[in-house]
Amino acid sequence: MIEWIFFALIALVAVAAAVGVVAQRNVIYSGLLLVGNFLCLAALYILMNAQFVGVVQIIVYAGALMVLFLFAVMLLAGQRTSLGDSGLAGQRSAAVLLALVLGAELALLITRGSLAAAQAGTPLDVALGGNVQAVAQVLFTRYLWAFEATGLLLLVAVVGVVYLIKGRPGAGAER
Amino acid sequence: MAVPTLYYVLLSAVLFLIGAIGVLVRRNVLVIFMCIELMLNAANLALVAFGAGQRSMDGQVLALLVMAVAAAEVAVGLALIVAIFRRPEAKSVDVDDVNMLKG
Repeated sequence: MIEWIFFALIALVAVAAAVGVVAQRNVIYSGLLLVGNFLCLAALYILMNAQFVGVVQIIVYAGALMVLFLFAVMLLAGQRTSLGDSGLAGQRSAAVLLALVLGAELALLITRGSLAAAQAGTPLDVALGGNVQAVAQVLFTRYLWAFEATGLLLLVAVVGVVYLIKGRPGAGAER
Repeated sequence: MAVPTLYYVLLSAVLFLIGAIGVLVRRNVLVIFMCIELMLNAANLALVAFGAGQRSMDGQVLALLVMAVAAAEVAVGLALIVAIFRRPEAKSVDVDDVNMLKG
């Protein structure tokens, strides 16, 4: 029952954030709403007992990718948007209040919560005693080729990005 | 009682639809790129939902691999966008301005 309530709330916020990404005129607001959407998806992953995917979603998507996006936004379209201290009325006090609520929730969960998620996951989760172990078990046996190929893909992407920005030796010197 | 897979897949479909509409409607190239990421995330959600529905780890592992590929794609795509729109003659980040190949 509680899971349905969580799902409904998180889904609602995720859809609202997605609509905001499309509808917002300000590109930076779109980016921040996309971060909100990613965090909602991370919450949904954890709700589905995919804890590792949820945490990686926060680290990779909301953490690294969106920072990269915002770099690009600032580089290209940032000159036209104001980065000043303009906020909503009462935004600061609302933010402090919400931060205190979050702190109270975290304290409650850490001290009172139980780490019994392994019983609720897939049979492999339960057998190996955790979600990370289960992901590792499958990733490095059945999906080993895909894993190595993805590593190669990431290497190619990094080399490609550096080449795109710098160009040939001497060609990109004036940038 | 767990939420059935159907609702997660419905949410994934709604998010995918919103992303697709964003790609078609917006003209700012960075917002188009963000909507592409939204679609990728919706597909990831569907993957993990189906994996959880089947009580299998395959959905989660595939979602991790998709995340890695998406990270590589964002890096290369943003490098391309910066290379195209940082030229001195680029007027804005409007995707309609990239029309040099027009016949």
